Amino acid sequence: MADVIITLTLEGIEMATITIDDTLYEVADGANILEAVLSLGLDLPYFCWHPALGSVGSCRQCAVLQFQNEEDERGRIVMGCMTAVSDGMLLSLSNDKAVDFRADVIESLMTNHPHDCPVCAEGGECHLQDMTVMSGHRNRRYDGLKNTHVNQDLGPLINHEMNRCIACYRCTRYYRDYAGGTDLAAMGSHDHVYFGRHEDGTLESEFAGNLVEVCPTGVFTDKALVNDYTRKWDLQSAPSICVGCAVGCNIAPGERYGRLKRIHNRYNHEVNGYFLCDRGRFGGSFVNSDKRLLSAGWKLDDDVFSPLNSEQALAQLQTLCLSGDGLYAIGSPRASLESNWMLRTLVGRDKFCSGFGAEDAALRATVSAIVEGGVHTATLPEVEAADLVIILGEDVTQTAPRLALALRQTVRNVGLEQAATMGVQYWQDTAVRNIAQNTRTPLIELVTASTRLADIASDTVTFAPADIARVGFALAHALGAGPEVDGLSSTDIALVARLQALVDNAERPLIISGCSSHNVSVVAAAQSVAAAVAQKHASTRVVYVAPEANSVGLGLLDPNALSLEEIGAAARNGEIKTLVVLENDLYRRAPKAQVDALLGSVANLVVLDTMEHLTAEAAQLVLPVASYAECEGTLVNNEGRAQRFYPPITASEDRPPAWHWLRSLAGAMKHSSLAELTQIDDVIDAIATDVPLLAGVIDASPKASYRDRVGLKAARQPHRYSGRTAMYANKTLHEPKTQADDDSALAYSMEGESQSLPGALRSFVWDPGWNSNQSLHKFQDEIGGSLKGGSSGARLINATGHPVSGRSDVPDAFERRQGSWCLTPQYRLYGSDEMSAYATPVAEMMTGAPITLSPADVESLALGAEDGVSIVIDELSVDCAVIIDPLLPAGTAGFVVGHPEMLNLRAGSYVALEKKQDFMRVPEVIVTDGVRAHG
Amino acid sequence: MIDRPLTQHLRQDGSPVFMTDYRGGGGYEGLRRVLADSSPEDCLQQVKDSRLRGRGGAGFPTGMKWSFVPMGEKAGVGPKYLIANADEMEPGTFKDRIILEQDPHQLIEGMILASYALQANVAYIFLRGEYTVAAERIETAIKECYSAGYLGENIQGSGYSLELHLHRSAGRYICGEETALISALEGKRANPRPKPPFPQVSGLWGRPTIVNNVETLCNITHILTHGAQWYQSLGIGQDSGTKLFGASGNVNNPGCWELPMGTPIREILEQHAGGMREGYTLRGFLPGGGSTDFLTPDHLDLAMDYDVIGKAGSRMGTGTMIILDDRHCPIAMVRNLSHFFAQESCGFCTPCRDGIPWIVQLLDRFESGQATEADLALLEEKARFIGGMGNTHCALAPGAMEPVTSALKYFRDDFERHIHDGRCHYHSDVGGH
Repeated sequence: MADVIITLTLEGIEMATITIDDTLYEVADGANILEAVLSLGLDLPYFCWHPALGSVGSCRQCAVLQFQNEEDERGRIVMGCMTAVSDGMLLSLSNDKAVDFRADVIESLMTNHPHDCPVCAEGGECHLQDMTVMSGHRNRRYDGLKNTHVNQDLGPLINHEMNRCIACYRCTRYYRDYAGGTDLAAMGSHDHVYFGRHEDGTLESEFAGNLVEVCPTGVFTDKALVNDYTRKWDLQSAPSICVGCAVGCNIAPGERYGRLKRIHNRYNHEVNGYFLCDRGRFGGSFVNSDKRLLSAGWKLDDDVFSPLNSEQALAQLQTLCLSGDGLYAIGSPRASLESNWMLRTLVGRDKFCSGFGAEDAALRATVSAIVEGGVHTATLPEVEAADLVIILGEDVTQTAPRLALALRQTVRNVGLEQAATMGVQYWQDTAVRNIAQNTRTPLIELVTASTRLADIASDTVTFAPADIARVGFALAHALGAGPEVDGLSSTDIALVARLQALVDNAERPLIISGCSSHNVSVVAAAQSVAAAVAQKHASTRVVYVAPEANSVGLGLLDPNALSLEEIGAAARNGEIKTLVVLENDLYRRAPKAQVDALLGSVANLVVLDTMEHLTAEAAQLVLPVASYAECEGTLVNNEGRAQRFYPPITASEDRPPAWHWLRSLAGAMKHSSLAELTQIDDVIDAIATDVPLLAGVIDASPKASYRDRVGLKAARQPHRYSGRTAMYANKTLHEPKTQADDDSALAYSMEGESQSLPGALRSFVWDPGWNSNQSLHKFQDEIGGSLKGGSSGARLINATGHPVSGRSDVPDAFERRQGSWCLTPQYRLYGSDEMSAYATPVAEMMTGAPITLSPADVESLALGAEDGVSIVIDELSVDCAVIIDPLLPAGTAGFVVGHPEMLNLRAGSYVALEKKQDFMRVPEVIVTDGVRAHG
Repeated sequence: MIDRPLTQHLRQDGSPVFMTDYRGGGGYEGLRRVLADSSPEDCLQQVKDSRLRGRGGAGFPTGMKWSFVPMGEKAGVGPKYLIANADEMEPGTFKDRIILEQDPHQLIEGMILASYALQANVAYIFLRGEYTVAAERIETAIKECYSAGYLGENIQGSGYSLELHLHRSAGRYICGEETALISALEGKRANPRPKPPFPQVSGLWGRPTIVNNVETLCNITHILTHGAQWYQSLGIGQDSGTKLFGASGNVNNPGCWELPMGTPIREILEQHAGGMREGYTLRGFLPGGGSTDFLTPDHLDLAMDYDVIGKAGSRMGTGTMIILDDRHCPIAMVRNLSHFFAQESCGFCTPCRDGIPWIVQLLDRFESGQATEADLALLEEKARFIGGMGNTHCALAPGAMEPVTSALKYFRDDFERHIHDGRCHYHSDVGGH
């Protein structure tokens, strides 16, 4: 099935032979000259063109000379990015006319650019610096005044320095056209054009952080980096995986002095392409938090932890775990496969709980749908190629943000087709958008509340979760699969008919669902819809969204692991003497009473984690572990893709990877097969042997024994790294010994060949003359294609091609209850995720924990603009501000999943609400573009 | 037969002609007859045969432009649009204003007929923001048309319907560029668009769109009423019809006159503009507005035809001349124009946005006596870079450089004298700046 799209694409590509400076080249016909030239590995300077944004022809920097025929000696200046290559084309990049023209352009651009490179955060990885050098502009001839601008405060994430702007328009094109933002614009005109907001204020887009990499100079920079600065050449980086959600975006975190300084996108064309979301970019610095567990702690009777050294800690661990039977463990969807697997193997399958929270059942259904649904899960390019999107129960922008950014490109497909019929190439960005106007590929959301995709959705229809499932089952039935659904309203019947017609007319439909409505039926209905659609269209794709970085991995590790309820029951029965909790704060997983009861029924509690939290506080023994930035590990994303993360920071001996603690324990427990696993590669081999579904993890990344063609490991430090000799020069004149890394094929070193590295081992992109991340094209097969050394990760699940419906028990329709409200979960980019909330920039972006109500319910509760509500459950009451969502179904109340004040609320439960007068005024919260709710 | 169709209704006192008087002079008679007797195809053929060329400056054959608009089922679903480009902002140009203020029905009738020929059902007048008097009068005229059944549903029982809107521009010179105008009308930044797609195929809101200059559209009524042959016969040179010519500067009678295409420049300057004011000698002139190359007294006997002026190294542009006399500094004049164009750059592409301000800065150095030979070389280099066709995203910058490069060609001695004397030698003279 995967072949369908690829064949379509390949069939469309014909090669053209062109001549550049008297040399013949084969390039893809219809590409523009600039991308063809870059794909050939040649240099041509540019600014406004971006591989993901296409061409507009504003900067004029990529000019080349085109000749009409062999006799034409004069030639004509054409813009590389705006001119399609065609067979027999004659070009020159090096002719004086072209060279002089490009020198004139850069000289013009630089007339207003300040000479502040030494103090600019972009310096050393600045595309403008690179292109200025490449274009040969050195001596300044303009002696007039420079234009200056007032900078804006754009919030906690992004720094603004407009004086550096060269007006390439990339920022607004990315922010508005690509990412759908509305609050950044080009304003003013002529040489006073200004790129900013209408007034100071936090950028609203969830993808604003990409401006840092999209801007070719230092206008938009990472505020945290600016305030804790290190140049690119002094950063030690590693190929890593974002732990912010289950999309598994590839990231390149950079380190200096043991601190994580910044996160850059790490290109993987199948997962995240050129972009990240802001939770991922700015949330990964939780590893710098002062809430990190620094040393092991042993709690005596006075409830105060005494610090232990590693040996003491290990001794205590052994004491607690070896004292007879009753050793149970709870794993974690935010911990690596390696640590989870070792823990499960150590305690035995029947005593291992996955540690999922309220989404447990829905998540198991989701993993089952991924594995057994028989429909191929879409890669990023496949998402972007879809011609129909049906979303069941996911607010994708909040639960899988990078997917939402991809969907913003998917909806352009109709317009791209229109443009193609007019002979306009897809990369002619302005032309395509002018042709398409507001025509969009159909995207229908069946969700529980307003979403941030409403501006591109052809329909956002809201239901209580049970009714989403019912409409889903009805659609599956209409398409010929599964049971009939009785009692649908006439509007729902019409909706089903409309969806059915859209499915009939589609060729590459995409069904998106997942577990964020905490409802098994929604997932089952989505699986049935996908199966029914796939019966009609072989190129049907699905994406099932899971909540955490390794939710799917843990689901694959053991689909039948204990739930928290089951382990709670075992504890009540006195079966658990010692409970080991791996990287998991149980108070975020279940209501307080349930967790208190569980922990109160076990004699010994051991917690291994990176952070202090309530569960750790309740433990007798706390063991600090390395974070994703300090150790290797494997995560499995939504797609079932196993991906390895590597540390940019060396782990301290006091904080080893969790599996190191467990391996030591295994030795004491005489679990010799575990104890013998010395390196992570051994663990990975053991996992692959032990768990058939995870057999492919071996291929996620090269083994530690990998060496490049000159026999070296892959470098974490760029060639100009000053660290080794300069970093501690104020303390010692001796060069510190290079840190060894026996676990991976990466070295804490500058040495190593860069060109042919596998994607999974590439820590940074840097090429002679291309110091910025724009050098990426030097490492791609073709512009926008895969990395030359292969993309990172390995897909573990290949769809059978035999679609299987979900469990087909149709739920009862949602019923409003007088005086009580059914809680529906709502995810927030900032706040629902546990770890990113420890990162300072993300913490500053978090808003309060409001309850969302429909306008009708706000009226029935007689809530004024400044009133809140009290939620009463189990004799506990929580006071909340209120957001009005015009689309929320009456009788439901949305709560923020994962917010510390809302951890006791359970999806699907009915709660009483009481008016809380003059509670507080909540700052305006954006529900969707143009609709602002207030509390 | 009339020989001055465009100005036939105008009154000496400049007061507007509204419906009663317009109809009294035969107005809307042509519309009624065409709607009753002619098909859209007939109309298009007539316009083609008339060899009418766009009066906005580029002189592109109107019939050919229209023929790119998809007709019938080929047009797809949705409206087609006609837009009157009334954003008259070319320096020295005030020809459309006369019609817009004094004879708005002439434009509207032309627009209805053009819309009918193109089978467009929605039309806009994109009016320069500063033309407030014209705005009021056009509004009045549009209301009169709706009342009289010349606009709206089923015009004059023909089955053809047209909505006409007046849009008052927020005011940028670049809106005179048709694709920038379309962007502005859509509520976007007034940046010119890349072509293809051409507006005829995909313009306003992505639909087929024709943008014509006001004067061009006014001609349509007369062509369809009196025929292509008659229209061709109005011109005395190579081109058809009449043209609103104008002159400004130190002439005795600055103004705007309707004259046959091909009228010699000398006749316009000496007879209609009344020759140079006493004490002033003609040094040169921009034949078609601020974005055309200088011509000199040597060119006075040329006919005002698109191709003739083109061959002489300039453009007929809007046909409204700006006169340079011997007592004004040519550098100051082009500096003033360059400043205008620098301000009016939309800011989209580099040579225009950052290049023209540099030209202004260099010209300032000449005017303040600081310029060197190196500055003169730099000025020539930068003018070539900015002015080269295809070097920029649209034609604004090449247009802006036409007076600069032609001044360097014809008035080079002035530039050199500024360098040599270290001052502007016109400063002591009357009104040098």
